[in-house]
Amino acid sequence: MTTIINVPHSLEDKSFELVLDQVAPLPLDEKIIVDTRHARWASPYGLTALLALAQSRAERPILYVPEAENVSTYWSRMDFFKHAAELYELQGRVKSTKAAETSVLLEVTSISKSDDVHDVVDKIQQRAQDALVKNLNLDAKITMRFTMALSEVCQNIVEHAGRGGWVAVQTYTWRVRLGGRKVVVIAVCDPGIGFRQSLESAPGFQRKDRWDDGQALEETVMRGASRFRDPGRGQGLAGVRRFVGNWDGKLSIRSGTARIAVLPKGDWDEDEPLVEDLSYFPGAQVQITIPERVA
Amino acid sequence: MINHIDVSSMLRKSVCELYSNLVTRPTGAAVRCEIEQELDRIGDRALTIIDFSHVGLLDFSCADEIVAKLLLQYVSIDAPRREVYFVFRGISESHMEAIEAVLERHRLALVTQHADGESQLIGIVGFEERRAWEIISALGAGVSADVADAIGLSSADAEIMLDTLWRRRLLIRYDNAYVAVGSATIPSHPSSLDA
Repeated sequence: MTTIINVPHSLEDKSFELVLDQVAPLPLDEKIIVDTRHARWASPYGLTALLALAQSRAERPILYVPEAENVSTYWSRMDFFKHAAELYELQGRVKSTKAAETSVLLEVTSISKSDDVHDVVDKIQQRAQDALVKNLNLDAKITMRFTMALSEVCQNIVEHAGRGGWVAVQTYTWRVRLGGRKVVVIAVCDPGIGFRQSLESAPGFQRKDRWDDGQALEETVMRGASRFRDPGRGQGLAGVRRFVGNWDGKLSIRSGTARIAVLPKGDWDEDEPLVEDLSYFPGAQVQITIPERVA
Repeated sequence: MINHIDVSSMLRKSVCELYSNLVTRPTGAAVRCEIEQELDRIGDRALTIIDFSHVGLLDFSCADEIVAKLLLQYVSIDAPRREVYFVFRGISESHMEAIEAVLERHRLALVTQHADGESQLIGIVGFEERRAWEIISALGAGVSADVADAIGLSSADAEIMLDTLWRRRLLIRYDNAYVAVGSATIPSHPSSLDA
């Protein structure tokens, strides 16, 4: 049996839940067709999560590619199809292009080992200064901090996921929520063991009365817990939290059936700090959003 | 003897010739091992400048592996492994953020030296201990009586405080006096000093 998974026109972190609602009830070895034909736009989160989705399936899925040429071209520029071809059976016309996408700070990139993080950091430093300082009017100090945050969230894959994942970074204009303000978005998605299983693998781990994905996210993100006994562990996400706090940004991390968010001080986002009972999806999906500074 | 370790060179030597950023925990561990090998060559008593001038990015994981774990090995109130003193140079504002975070996490402190030669004590140090370090630093060299007078402590308490700072390798002890690590008055041959 093959099930068609309908992908929303606009694919980002929230709308990706509609995809997961369709996929989660299906057996892992059931063939799925991920239908993106009518997609009009995808955020870095949407693209990296689509790749993680394919990794999470036992049976190689089919991907119907977007019909709109500009969408297909854009996804090509993001290097999405380059990686998707390894994970999906692609069906439809993929428009290849060599032209660079100026809003892209980092194309969809595979992360599975420490060297990959070095490559990402080297690559983004060359592009981040202009994008963050000139386009988003952010203080020059942000460039290094931004790269540090990117490095830390990528390392979570290498250190904890147990399998490879994906990162992408892009600037774009958020027309609805920020009233035309630009944002820069980092998305890092993996289909690995996730936060709960990672903490459960800690030596001497004891399950609490209430123990679920939401609790595991709170322990890790808000209290710096780690599966390692080394007290130096757990600082990376704490640093990322400080970073988004200093720049009125937002950090959201989804793992298993829950999503936790460190919300901006400003009123540009109305997300809940913790959302539970979501459809199950393995691994961890991280999104960092930093808005343009306005006078 | 004052030794100089260029962290960027350690990175290129131990991990990859092309890298200039200190990111990821394995990279930090490899660089620290390289630094430790250098320290083994130097001997049991030494003042070593750890120079970050040519390092681009330093993330939290690398700061933990290189700075915190290095200090944890050589700086201990109970039983310091060897008499090795560190001065950290070339610390940029962004390096500082990662370094301060790991110092706080492990309750450590270190001395940084700015380009103009001015030294600064950063990390977790008690208010009076910090004052004591600053007094010794300003004097060039000092004894417990100098600190006792300035802070209003008994001579015995001042001596305990200076001893603690010495054990944390923030002061160098010689001839019954103390010199602040990073001070311009540090003798060029600390191996000749009495511990």
